[in-house]
Amino acid sequence: MPSSPGLFYQVQFYIFGLFAIASALAFVTRKSPVSAALWLVSVMFNLSALYVMMGAHFVGAIQVLVYAGAIMVVFLFVVMLLNLGHPSELSDIRGKWGRLAAGGIGLAMLAQVMVLARSRFFPALQPATNPVFGGAPDRGAIGTIAQPLFTEHLLAFELTSILLLAAIVGAVAVGKRRAAST
Amino acid sequence: MIPEALALSAVLFTIGTVGVLTRRNAIVIFMCVELMLNAVNLSFVALSRLYGTTGQVFVVFVMTVAAAEAAVGLAIIIAIFRHGQSVNLKNINLLKG
Repeated sequence: MPSSPGLFYQVQFYIFGLFAIASALAFVTRKSPVSAALWLVSVMFNLSALYVMMGAHFVGAIQVLVYAGAIMVVFLFVVMLLNLGHPSELSDIRGKWGRLAAGGIGLAMLAQVMVLARSRFFPALQPATNPVFGGAPDRGAIGTIAQPLFTEHLLAFELTSILLLAAIVGAVAVGKRRAAST
Repeated sequence: MIPEALALSAVLFTIGTVGVLTRRNAIVIFMCVELMLNAVNLSFVALSRLYGTTGQVFVVFVMTVAAAEAAVGLAIIIAIFRHGQSVNLKNINLLKG
């Protein structure tokens, strides 16, 4: 990304930021846990777009995969398991105007994608060239993360695996029915 | 662009804090905590444009911790629900004396 971002870039940045704030406000004000979770997914998608615009392509990808794809599915799964969403709110289909607005927004976003695909308008979508370090070699979107992760932060990375193992064992031990053990 | 991202991060963190303080559903409170973690991740990514990619590496760690926290926390919520048939924090006052 050049040091002086263009107007198009800034407008996109503000749009995603405003969507994120609006979704977060909707998230904390919804009564039903299911619609709150879906608004939080919207926040995460907008944040992922912001990560990509700021040159953190890999972080944007795992934001979608891990947060919106895995963690929120676990949340929704627990909401459904405990039967907390009321059936009237679960069927969240709006009337005619809601559908028209949804279709219009979908078309606008599709048009955005079409424009963004012609990346001469949008230099941030080029592979990460890492302008911060000037002469540093271009290692691509994943290499910029992987290089420090597996050299400087290797110990922390290995400790993360122990943390995940402890979390798995703890979740199974806590969530297990009492009658099985006693 | 970086000041805007930091401001957005602060706003999202504030919204998450307000959610934690005002909601009474334990699962929604957990989701608010996830929102706060996301806000911190945003400032990590924004500052990693100034200070190098260590911030992005840290985001990976934060996501891992968030996943572990979600797994354990939701297991605890399921245990609480099994105990009292409710996840409303008003009904969870065992330590209140």
